[in-house]
Amino acid sequence: MTIRTEPFVVNIGPQHPSTHGVFRMRCVLDGETVVDADMVVGYLHRSLEKLAEERTYTQNIPFTDRMDYLSAMSGNLGYVMAVEKLAGIRVPERAQYLRVIMAELQRIANHSMAIGTFINDCGAWQTPLMWMFAEREKILDLFEMTCGARLTCNYMRIGGVAFDIPDEFIPAINSFLADFPRKIDEYEKMLLENEILIARAKGNGVITKEMAINASITGPMLRSTGVPYDIRKVDPYAVYDRFDFAIPVGENGDSYDRFLVRLAELRESHKILVQAVRDLPGGPYKVDVPLAIRPPVGEAYARVESPKGELGFYLVSDGGAAPYRFHVRSPSLINLSLLREMIVGHSVADAIVAFGSIDIVLGEVDR
Amino acid sequence: MTLELTGEQVAGRIAQIVPGARVEAVGLSCYVHPDDLVAVATAARDDPELRFQMLTNLTAVDYLTHFEVIYHCVSLAKNHLGLFKVRVYDRDNAVVPSVTSVWWGAHLQEREVYDLMGIRFEGHPDLRRLFLWEGFAGHPLRKDFLGISGATRHAGLPHFPKQEQGYGVLNGPRWSAEPQPLPPDPFAPGAPF
Repeated sequence: MTIRTEPFVVNIGPQHPSTHGVFRMRCVLDGETVVDADMVVGYLHRSLEKLAEERTYTQNIPFTDRMDYLSAMSGNLGYVMAVEKLAGIRVPERAQYLRVIMAELQRIANHSMAIGTFINDCGAWQTPLMWMFAEREKILDLFEMTCGARLTCNYMRIGGVAFDIPDEFIPAINSFLADFPRKIDEYEKMLLENEILIARAKGNGVITKEMAINASITGPMLRSTGVPYDIRKVDPYAVYDRFDFAIPVGENGDSYDRFLVRLAELRESHKILVQAVRDLPGGPYKVDVPLAIRPPVGEAYARVESPKGELGFYLVSDGGAAPYRFHVRSPSLINLSLLREMIVGHSVADAIVAFGSIDIVLGEVDR
Repeated sequence: MTLELTGEQVAGRIAQIVPGARVEAVGLSCYVHPDDLVAVATAARDDPELRFQMLTNLTAVDYLTHFEVIYHCVSLAKNHLGLFKVRVYDRDNAVVPSVTSVWWGAHLQEREVYDLMGIRFEGHPDLRRLFLWEGFAGHPLRKDFLGISGATRHAGLPHFPKQEQGYGVLNGPRWSAEPQPLPPDPFAPGAPF
């Protein structure tokens, strides 16, 4: 005898710990299986693109902190690169190195958070999250030492960075870098063979290479399917072409592979940081650019590899002090393109794990 | 380094593989006639020379006389980036064919452009507003939408809701032209609870 159940609509979110912000999944459930899903976003929509059209290029830098507030440095970097491309500004070498150092520290901080919350979603309640927070805390201290802020850094400027690093920064980052590989070993030992994690995440939320490319998926999510596409390698910006690092890729494109790719990227970021701190040149850390800079008429699209994926800024200038059009290609939003395909047919508990493995920040989804 | 293809290179190749397609090269961009867009996009995706496998960025710009819809496409295999543009002149009924059938990555971005810029994408499987609620009057990223500060107020466009006029209640149309009656206040004196 089979028991038939009626399809039933359940809203997961917007206020729910597993949605990492204000995200709402409207799921149609048959028993415990998701038969249809729809996403509802916009609870954090602040219309940054419209607001930016009324502010000067420099005044817009803090907005980019508030999009992906877990990786503010990457947002800053993408935006100032777009303005520099538009205005044709060359950035001094020391500033380029400082940008790389900050962006890679930010990647470690973001991936620590992503791994911690993902394992939290898998059922390892709070303990691994707090281990990862311990690492992130050290990085936020380094940011605070440099620019006074921990999350919304507002550190990059058009033509360089806002401040040079203080004297105590280099010893502090060196002690962090000396300690970090041992910490990753520790986490790998504790997490990689964790039976619960493997049972929950292996074979969950599978996407294929072709699906991912066709749906514009980027970042660790694309690399987990086996595509070695990383903008730091294929389109090197700043001084990434001078460093020796690898691009970790997965095989199966499931939640577990996404987790592995992020864990492996911690090591690669560490490698880049060691080289960048070693080679950090002297010289000026910014060039003088007028505060109300007026780039020539034109348009520019600049992209960086943010921890979430490809973060692009499309700017149109009409020759004035404010951008005529400011558009953000946000990886968090576009990586949600395959959400339905990832969760339909699975149970609600698996849907939460698949969603957690995408690693989105709602400030960037909604902008 | 990713090579940014010029409009000439893209348009020249498109003219070869889609005979009769109306394309025009201007600087780095390749303008496409809206009616030919889906054919051009499909050919550009499958062509072994262009190989635009991924639509990385889709957005639109309001130039007051017309809209431009912008498609940044990349090829992972060839490592180059191309730029297609489509012009739309009709402000009241702006329609562009959807490219979701070519690149699934367009479906959220087209919904975003529809929401904020008010351009409809013909053939999109699920064209709804993405960020704003259904019934929001106007499309904020249009240049003639009410500015936030110091802008002139345009006749016929809604202004920010005012509680005392019955706007801004949580249920009901918040942005309609006519003031809506407030729902009964459950905490008013004399209310049942």
